[in-house]
Amino acid sequence: MVQFSLPKNSQMRTGKTWPKPETGGKLRKFQIYRWNPDDGKNPQVDTYFVDLDDCGPMVLDALIYIKTKIDPTLTFRRSCREGICGSCAMNIDGQNHLACIFGMDEVKGDVKIYPLPHMPVVKDLVPDLTHFYAQHASIKPWLETKSNTPAKEWKQSIEDREKLDGLYECVMCACCSTACPSYWWNGDRYLGPAALLHAYRWIIDSRDEATGERLDDLHDPFKLYRCHTIMNCAKTCPKGLNPAKAITEIKKQMVERVL
Amino acid sequence: MGFKTDYARVHGHGAAGEGLHHWWSQRITSIALIPLTFLFIFPFGRALGGGHEAFVATYSNLWHALVAVLFIIAAFSHLQQGLQVVIEDYLSGKVARTAALLVNTLLCWALGVAGVLSVATVLFSA
Repeated sequence: MVQFSLPKNSQMRTGKTWPKPETGGKLRKFQIYRWNPDDGKNPQVDTYFVDLDDCGPMVLDALIYIKTKIDPTLTFRRSCREGICGSCAMNIDGQNHLACIFGMDEVKGDVKIYPLPHMPVVKDLVPDLTHFYAQHASIKPWLETKSNTPAKEWKQSIEDREKLDGLYECVMCACCSTACPSYWWNGDRYLGPAALLHAYRWIIDSRDEATGERLDDLHDPFKLYRCHTIMNCAKTCPKGLNPAKAITEIKKQMVERVL
Repeated sequence: MGFKTDYARVHGHGAAGEGLHHWWSQRITSIALIPLTFLFIFPFGRALGGGHEAFVATYSNLWHALVAVLFIIAAFSHLQQGLQVVIEDYLSGKVARTAALLVNTLLCWALGVAGVLSVATVLFSA
């Protein structure tokens, strides 16, 4: 539901300012959201200084620098450091990004980092994505067939394979869904841009034989039709995909079924 | 939260099998309103300064009356559908949402029917 103010125990306070490194290089100021479920305190924003001469160019490099050299308690997800695993999605300078492929030079002024918006926080920059993953599972993100399995493989023409471009690249980082106001207000029932992009990826797969069932499962005022083409999903997607377009294509297929 | 699995929580009662009609008719009424608004607003605007007699003269004409009726039907259908989306977006309490949806539907129907009857009265009493 819409909430215009934060609950009392979620209101943020100014946190600790950590000492500047004395390595003599050029410093950059970082303001980072901190919350620890174990201490019972409200979230706070801590201030850190990163020596740019001793650190890589990406925001994730700075986070690793802080964790390694300043504050080992800072918690965040990361893995591949090249935009493939989708682990390090977070809100940087007011927009969702993958920290590993987002350069510090793209931010003017202090670098402000928060967890993905409107998600329960596990700790610091780690959001709870359980519901998001369950929504992804609910669209059955696998090939559904009814014909006998062919001896070698399910064949697909080059043209049909090209239809999956712009869809299969999604790394499930949740940047799009957590940037969507409809998902903020009705995320319990609205599937969100990421799950719907994946749904469309299987709807238009020429090898899939469950198109009708897939459309039936999405024919719902909340699961699909909460998308109002706000386009935050396309704007924020770190892979340059367009979930809003995929959702529109699903809506078009719904219309085509009755025309 | 209880002990429901995440998968069960996401599925809820399953797909309602609704949404397409609402979405499609909202688009149709919005497209229809583009010409209808222009066709309605000019004779209506001309009659505005002339008092009751000017309105009777305008809407006793079958063409103007037809445009006015179509405009009223399209506008109030569109209003009802649009407000429904806003209510569903921003009200999540079951009682508040259901009540708001009922009031919205009844009010839009009442205003729409009143508008159509008004035009029909002028047309057939002229």
